Amino acid sequence: MSDKVLKINDLHVAINGKEILKGVNLTIRQGEVHALMGPNGSGKSTLSYALMGHPNYDVTQGTATVDGVNLVELEADERAKLGVFLAFQYPTSIPGVTLANFLRHAVTNVRNPNRKEGEDLLPMRDFRKELKASMDELGMDAEFARRYLNEGFSGGEKKRAEVLQMSMLRPAFAILDETDSGLDIDAVRVVSEGVNRVAAKAHTGVLVITHYQRILNYIQPQFVHILFGGRIVESGGTELVTKLEQEGYDWIRAKYPLEAQIEDELEANATGALPAAAR
Amino acid sequence: MPTAQPRAQATFTGGFNAEALSDFLQSRDEPGWLVQQRREALAKFEAASWPTLRDEEWRRTDIRALKLSAFAPPSHGEPGSAARAAVEPMRARLASHSGTGLVQIDGTIAQRPDTVGLPSGVVFLDFDTAARQHPELIRRYFQTQAVSTDADAFSALHGAFFTGGVVLYVPRGVKLETPLYHLIGLTTEGSVDFSHTLVVLEEGAEATLVQETTSVARQTPGLHVGAIELIQAPGSRLRFVNIQNWDSHTWHFSRERALVGKDAQLQWTVGGLGARLAKVNQEVALTAAGANAQVNGVMFTTGRQNLTYITRQDHQAPNTTSDLLYKGVLKDSSRIVWKGMIRVEKDAQKTDAYQKNNTLLLNDTARADSIPGLEIEANDVRCTHGATAGQVDEEMVFYLQARGVPRETAVRLIIEGFFANVYDRMSLESVQETLREAVETKLSI
Repeated sequence: MSDKVLKINDLHVAINGKEILKGVNLTIRQGEVHALMGPNGSGKSTLSYALMGHPNYDVTQGTATVDGVNLVELEADERAKLGVFLAFQYPTSIPGVTLANFLRHAVTNVRNPNRKEGEDLLPMRDFRKELKASMDELGMDAEFARRYLNEGFSGGEKKRAEVLQMSMLRPAFAILDETDSGLDIDAVRVVSEGVNRVAAKAHTGVLVITHYQRILNYIQPQFVHILFGGRIVESGGTELVTKLEQEGYDWIRAKYPLEAQIEDELEANATGALPAAAR
Repeated sequence: MPTAQPRAQATFTGGFNAEALSDFLQSRDEPGWLVQQRREALAKFEAASWPTLRDEEWRRTDIRALKLSAFAPPSHGEPGSAARAAVEPMRARLASHSGTGLVQIDGTIAQRPDTVGLPSGVVFLDFDTAARQHPELIRRYFQTQAVSTDADAFSALHGAFFTGGVVLYVPRGVKLETPLYHLIGLTTEGSVDFSHTLVVLEEGAEATLVQETTSVARQTPGLHVGAIELIQAPGSRLRFVNIQNWDSHTWHFSRERALVGKDAQLQWTVGGLGARLAKVNQEVALTAAGANAQVNGVMFTTGRQNLTYITRQDHQAPNTTSDLLYKGVLKDSSRIVWKGMIRVEKDAQKTDAYQKNNTLLLNDTARADSIPGLEIEANDVRCTHGATAGQVDEEMVFYLQARGVPRETAVRLIIEGFFANVYDRMSLESVQETLREAVETKLSI
């Protein structure tokens, strides 16, 4: 099977009528690791939600395609079937639905994209075996699978559960939305190693969205992009990470005054205007 | 409005009159005391007033379209192979989680329980056989303590024409490990069910009974007028599950009351899935110190169904506890009414009572009414209640969809999850599974 390409072209995204992304261009091939950095409110999470198809995020212009299929017109589950995965910054709790039961539905649907509603799920025995192996790899207790999805999970458990899902779904593209936030350094390492292992196995193209350098020490990007004022203003290699770590965003502000102005507005609105999911 | 009464009075009884009762009795061989009870109940029925929307308990339960004249008293028929086949899937499901069971179809026994394996002294019989073989038991407990024929027109009607149903009696100290089941099926046009359930546990006895009703979708309305009596001596433990799963043309009226004695424990779970309209009075009375009742409700309505549950937790003695959790999911233009009352008598100090009703509305046109109530005469008690109503959380749907789960399945998983904390309260996995499967079957329609 040839490698898939995720191509984001001139993507404009609005929330509640307010435009947050103002023309994002980005191409990710399977197997590549990209990092997306940027200050608070620059639109990083907006990009991840818009790519996954959250109903509150309106794509007002542009496309995002996987091998030519425009994601923008698809429901989230259809995007998942095309191989797009989002590791949520704040995974939603679903009371009463066990992680195992949920994952069995998810895996069955993603691996059989033409499956009709109501058709058989993956055989329980095979699924359990595979789940157990994935959990072992991530150092997760088997008991975890019987817990209700994200319900009462600690921050670290939630992120680990996200990586477990990624591991079972073997996506072509994984967007990690601030997967490092709220984790101590050991947890960042464990989760990152998990991502690397899955990505290597499934030949996943990874987009790491982060504020900080530290996760990028473990998941090493070949390409680094800076999202600022709703656009990707700089793209390069790891030297960009070092520069941001040392100098902050002042040089970006100076270099892109127009975007800086937009960024200030977005930041002012960031907490007030975003729906719960994006906070 | 007394002036409006006579006209209604003249017509509501339909064919349920003295002549019909005589015919009905002719076809049965019943002891005189029982016949006498039926006649008295009929007199109460004829003297009763037909409920209207002006009656407090019926304000949200509109039965104007119900005409008793469309029905005849229950009659015996031999269930044919088609009737048996229609009921078989549900029987098989119940049987897979239970020991032996009683199956009644269209008022006739289709399967008698296999009582060979039951400890001696245990009575697990259809009502008619029990009345013949154990008259002393029936005379002592039947409509004497828990349920009366005085409550309203339906309780009187039931008292006059009840047929079928089940009796479970467990003697002192006997513990039945395996759940028993009772399935009531209606398969023919216009058939009615007037079953009576009587469960008596003697001191220290333990039992589990799962009851389910089912009917194949019919063109003409069906009618259930039933009663459930659960009577528990000190230290006994009862798990009772009754799942109402009629077709959507059936009217369902039920009077249900449990008497929980000293240090006895009751876990009572009601499932409300079927019926066109249901009006259920479900009551638990904690009659002596240390009595404990857990009441669970799982309701799922679709179409234009209307289910009304009037619950009561009667704390009559000190140090008693009750905990009610009703959960309802409503689709289409259906409606669920829950009106709960915790009543604490003056002597019932140190009562700990709780009631909670959560509903999930799948459509704007569905409607849930939650009306909690407290009447407390004692001064040292802990009584709390809560009610929530909400819609399916779109963030949950998105999360599931983002993992490839189609929207419809996502909503189904969320609904199943919504009920899960009721299942989690049920200590027996087989009982959990019975209820879960009943709900899942309805969900997948």
